[in-house]
Amino acid sequence: MKADPSCVLTGAHYLDGNHACAEGGIAAGCKFFAGYPITPSTEIAERVSQRFPLIGGVFIQMEDELASMNAILGASWGGVKTMSCTSGPGFSLMMENFGLGIMLETPCVLVNVQRGGPSTGLPTLPGQADMMQARWGSHGDYEVIALAPDSPQESFELVIHAFNLSEKYRMPVLVMTDECVGHMTEKVVIPPAEEIELLERRYTDKKPGEAWPYDPSEDGISPMLPVGKGYKFHVTGLTHDNRGYPVINAEAQEWNVRRLMDKVNKHVDDIIWLVEKDIEDAEVVVLAYGISSRVVQPAIARARTEGIKVGQIKMVTVWPFPEKRVRELAEKVKAMIMVEMNYGQVFLEMDRCIAGKCRSRLVGHAGGTVHNPFDVYNAIKEAVK
Amino acid sequence: MSVNAKQPVEEGHPMEELLRMDRSPHIWCPPCGLGTTVTALATALKQLQIDLNNVAVVSGIGCTGRVAGYMKVDSFHTTHGRAIPFALGLHIARPDMKVIVFSGDGDLISIGGNHFIHTARRNVDITVICVNNFIYAMTGGQVAPTTPITAKTSTSPYGNYEHPFNLPLLAASSGAVYVARWTALHVRRMTTAIKEAISKKGFSFVEVIAPCSTLYARLNKLGSGLDLMKFYHDNSVIKHGVDLREVDINYQSKVIVGKFIDIEKPTYLDCLNEGNKRVFGDKYKPYGGGNGDN
Repeated sequence: MKADPSCVLTGAHYLDGNHACAEGGIAAGCKFFAGYPITPSTEIAERVSQRFPLIGGVFIQMEDELASMNAILGASWGGVKTMSCTSGPGFSLMMENFGLGIMLETPCVLVNVQRGGPSTGLPTLPGQADMMQARWGSHGDYEVIALAPDSPQESFELVIHAFNLSEKYRMPVLVMTDECVGHMTEKVVIPPAEEIELLERRYTDKKPGEAWPYDPSEDGISPMLPVGKGYKFHVTGLTHDNRGYPVINAEAQEWNVRRLMDKVNKHVDDIIWLVEKDIEDAEVVVLAYGISSRVVQPAIARARTEGIKVGQIKMVTVWPFPEKRVRELAEKVKAMIMVEMNYGQVFLEMDRCIAGKCRSRLVGHAGGTVHNPFDVYNAIKEAVK
Repeated sequence: MSVNAKQPVEEGHPMEELLRMDRSPHIWCPPCGLGTTVTALATALKQLQIDLNNVAVVSGIGCTGRVAGYMKVDSFHTTHGRAIPFALGLHIARPDMKVIVFSGDGDLISIGGNHFIHTARRNVDITVICVNNFIYAMTGGQVAPTTPITAKTSTSPYGNYEHPFNLPLLAASSGAVYVARWTALHVRRMTTAIKEAISKKGFSFVEVIAPCSTLYARLNKLGSGLDLMKFYHDNSVIKHGVDLREVDINYQSKVIVGKFIDIEKPTYLDCLNEGNKRVFGDKYKPYGGGNGDN
C-alpha cells in the first residue's frame, strides 16, 4: 500500500533530524502519538502536535513516559499506527512497557534521541550509550529491532522503515538516533506519497471463535486479531499459550520466549541492513552506526590516501547484530574497529563475533560530542601496524 | 452427601456469554469479594444490552488484575499500574467501544496513581472499577495506600501508621464525573452503579470495598470473608451526595457508601475536537477511528 498523499509533505525541506522523524511517522500513517517532553527529543512531539489536527491524528502529552508507552500500545491494539519518542531517563521509564509491547506482540515505533548519561547526564549533548539498554533494557529474554539514522534524511526514511518492520514482525521497533542527528538541520527530500511503500497490519482471515491471538503461522508471526469485531480475545503480559491465556510453567515459557526470539532470529537476513564501502580489498574494517558512521568518513578517507586498505560498514540496523557478516570478515581482515559514543557497547558484540580471528578495537568515548576523526584515524593506523 | 444424588441437567452457566468458561476454575480464594464484583459487571453489561463486541476490559496486576482474563470480551492484562493509560490509548483509537478498567487499589492508586488522577483530570470517557481490599493480596498481604491506620499487614506488622487515600475524594477532586462506592455486599446497588458508570460520558469511578479473607481478615483477626460481609452489613451507611471529605475509611469504622458524584462535563475527546474546531474550523480533520479493517 502507498502512503496517504494528504499526510506526506512532498518536496525538498530544510529540517532537523527530530522534525524529520515526525514527518517520517506521519508519512508512515501514524495517527496516534503519546509522549512526554524530554530533551533532546521534544521537537518530534512538538512537530506531531502541530501537524496532527489537519490530518486526522491524535497527539496526547501524557503524564509520564510509562503512560506514553502504554498509551501507544493500547491505541495500537485499537487498530492505529502509533509512535512515541523519548531520551535519557525517559527511555529507562519506557522499558517496562516496551517489554509489554514485546510480550503482547504489538506493532509501534519508539524513537530514542540519545543523550549523554547515566541519570540526567547531558540533556543537550549527544551520546550513543543506550544501545545495550535498547537491546536488553526490559527484563527477560527477547530480541529487538533497532535502527540508527545518520542524518535528518535518514531519520525520515528509517522511521517509515521502522513502522514497516513493526507491522511485518508484529513488535515495537526502536529508532536509536542521537542529539547530534536530532538537532542537525539538513536538506530532507520527502518523495511523493506514491513512492512511499507502507506495510499494513496483517489481521487474521479466520472468523471469530476460530482464531487466537498467537496462532501458529508459517513465518512465525501470527496475524493480529482486531478489537471490536467479536473475537473477544485475551492478551496478557504473563507467559501465555497461543490462545493468549496465562500458563505458568516452564513448557509455556519455552514456547513463548522461543517464539519472540525466533521471530527476529529466523529473519535476520531480511532485517539486517548494512551499507558497506571498500570492503573487497580491506585490511581494516571500521564499523559504526548513526552519527558516528559519518564522523569516521574523513578518517577513512585520509587513511586510504596513505594507502591503508580500510573499508567501512555503516550499520543501519544495530539490532539484530550482523553476526554472520562480522564472523565472515574476521576471517579475512587484519582488524575491525568499532566507533561509538560510549565506552564499548555494540563493540562487545563485535568482539564476541570476531572471536580472536582478527584484531578487535574500540574507539569509544563517554559522549557529549562526536568523535574527533583523528582518534579514528590513529586507531586505523595502529590496527595495521 | 450421597454419591448417587441425581445429576443436575447439564445447562450453561447463566453468565456463560460473559465469562471465559474455558478458564474456570479461577484463581481467587473462596471468600473473596472479586467473584461478586465480576458478577456485578457481567450483570450490568447484560442489563445494559450493550453489544459485547464493543466492550473491552483492561486490567493491571494483582488479584483484581486477573479480571480481564475471565471476562469474555476483548480483554487486556497489562503491567502493574498501567491499565489506565493502556485503556486511554485503546479508547482514543476506538472511541465507539466501551472501555472498562477493572483493577485493584494498589494497582490503580499506588503504582498507577499518577495515571488515575491525570486520566480523571482529562475526563477521558472510560470506566474505572477499583476493588479495594485494603491490602496487596496477590503478593501476600502488604500495606497498601488504602490500608486503614492500625490495620496489620505483612509489611506493617505492628499496625499501619500512614494516612490512607480517600478514593472517592481523590477521584472527584481529580475530575471524575461519576463517583460511587459500594461494598461487595451491596450487589444490586453495585450493579446499578456499574451500569450508570458505563453509561456515563466521561471518567466514571466505582470503588468496591471487598473482603480479603485470606490476608486482610486473617492478619487482623477479623474472622472469615463472611464475617467481613456481616461487618459491611452492620456498618455500611448509605449517604448519597455526601461531602466527600467525610468518607474516609478508618479501621473497622463505619463505611459510607452511595452515589457521590454524577455531573456533566465535556470529555477529553469533546474538548480535543472543540478546541481544534475553534482554531481550524472546517480544516480540522477529526480522527477517523481505527476500524481494524485496514
